[in-house]
Amino acid sequence: MSPTTHARSDHAIGTLAVKSFLALTAKTLFIALVLAFFAIPVLWLVFAPFDKHPRLSVKLPEFTLDNFAALFSNPNALASLGNSVVLALGTMVLVLVFGSLASYSLSRVKIPGREILLYALLLLSSIITGTAAMVPTFLLMVKLQLIDSELGVILVMGAGIMPTVIFILKDFMDSTPKSYEESARIYGAKPLRILWDVVIPLARPGLATIAVWAIVQVWGNFLVPYILLRSPGKSPAAVVMYTFYTEGGQPNLALISAFSLVFSLPVVAMYFFVNRRYGFRFHGGIKS
Amino acid sequence: MAPAISSTDASASAAGRAPSGSARRPTADDGDVAGLGKPRAVLFAAPALILIAIFLVFPALWTLYLGMTNFRLTGTAAAHPQFIGIDNYVNALTDPRFLNSLGLTLLFVLGSALIGQSLLGFAIAWLMTRVPKTVRAVVEFFVLLAWIIPSSVSTFLWIALLDRSDGTLNLLLNTPGTGWLLQYPMQSIIVFNTWAGTAFSMLLFSSALASVPPSQLESARMVGAGAWAQLTDVIFPHIRGHILTNTLLITLWTFNVFTPYLLTAGGPDSRSEILPVFIYRLALRDGLLGQGAAISLIMIIINLVIALVYLRLLKEKKQ
Repeated sequence: MSPTTHARSDHAIGTLAVKSFLALTAKTLFIALVLAFFAIPVLWLVFAPFDKHPRLSVKLPEFTLDNFAALFSNPNALASLGNSVVLALGTMVLVLVFGSLASYSLSRVKIPGREILLYALLLLSSIITGTAAMVPTFLLMVKLQLIDSELGVILVMGAGIMPTVIFILKDFMDSTPKSYEESARIYGAKPLRILWDVVIPLARPGLATIAVWAIVQVWGNFLVPYILLRSPGKSPAAVVMYTFYTEGGQPNLALISAFSLVFSLPVVAMYFFVNRRYGFRFHGGIKS
Repeated sequence: MAPAISSTDASASAAGRAPSGSARRPTADDGDVAGLGKPRAVLFAAPALILIAIFLVFPALWTLYLGMTNFRLTGTAAAHPQFIGIDNYVNALTDPRFLNSLGLTLLFVLGSALIGQSLLGFAIAWLMTRVPKTVRAVVEFFVLLAWIIPSSVSTFLWIALLDRSDGTLNLLLNTPGTGWLLQYPMQSIIVFNTWAGTAFSMLLFSSALASVPPSQLESARMVGAGAWAQLTDVIFPHIRGHILTNTLLITLWTFNVFTPYLLTAGGPDSRSEILPVFIYRLALRDGLLGQGAAISLIMIIINLVIALVYLRLLKEKKQ
């Protein structure tokens, strides 16, 4: 070949090297920006709870555990965490019991109109959201005298997530082997007994996923308890957290930071635990 | 062994679905292996369905009626609400506060869901296919963390970040004294919601990208397709369904999100008052329940349209 083409290909290799260098730089820069964007807001939650003099800006802490001592000696904060546990566990038990009964029967028996019912459930759960239905829900609870009642919050939240629960659990029930139920039945077991002793153990991964998902939903929910509960003594942590920094005066950052961490850790831990153990599948969005 | 079972149980379990002389197992096609039977099946499903009927379906239907009354939280209209027909809807559609709120909501959905979460989620998912495993794990961890942290905490983290006098952002950008939440309320809640919600799009697009056959990407590269050509010619056609799913779901969720209330409470001067916050203020703070219900119904109808489009897509995908 002639020297000119040789030179040209050299040139081409040169531009290629420059190009790939630029691409690498752009890629690295983009990743750095993404990391900064997502990590910087969270850093406060990592450092401030252990800082002797926490401020609003992120800084390396002068290590102390006093903030947690302040938290554990604050009756309001502790009570609110207890309320969150009550609401979350109450809703979880409600949707697990009602949800597994319903999903089991829908999975095994073709009730007339079953397909339409399931379709309607899917539709309902996505359009009647807490925000869109806050006015009628509030009024309904006033009429039922369930305002400022923890039971009221559990019923509303349970009903809100029940369609999704039934949908996901039915999926799990559909995929559990049916031969065990047949054998249990030959030995004369009644349907409830079969459900409890045979089906529930088989569907355990699904139930665990649903249990964690329900807890996470309720634990973080702000709107429903904010609207339905009146007395501060009944409010869950999500609402009390908000009042800690909106109700006048200088916010007590020592308390808020420790409280935020203790409040966030359970759901973060549960999420990553279940994710590692079972892996969240996409059922139209597991979080919201 | 199995045929023996089904023959003894045929009468009990198959309820009217008699095997027409064939050796077909009645349990196989109706699946009622535990012998539940229809009446008991209905009984099993009843508690959950009744709960849904009372606390989810009834409120939604009641909105239809409430939206046509002058229901108030206090005063005479609280005790004896009057039927006023479509006045609330006429009022809403001519009320500048409602129109302002609707416009802000569209901006919010467009900015934080369609542009922010979708684009950023896709960009991250795509880039993460071409980086070392540890980098991927770290990036995904932080994106997910923003999604999982309860909203009351994550909004406080952003209040701290954006604080006027001691916020980290002002330190980083060297813009002391900028009150982001007061001066740029809409931009603030849009960026916040992008931060909090990108994880979903990232996860969805990650699994979508994993389904693109590597051989097709390989051959595209062989013929010298650049990154952009690979995207438009190979990847996008493959994940079109996922893009639509993602768009519809995050539109629906973003449209209904109440969390910005915790950041700006709709203010200052209603400049970040998206519809959920507007309804809250109108109905539960100002006590105009009828008006609030009318706007709630408008929201539910918009939700319904988005959800129907989504379900239709799901059905088409299955066929």
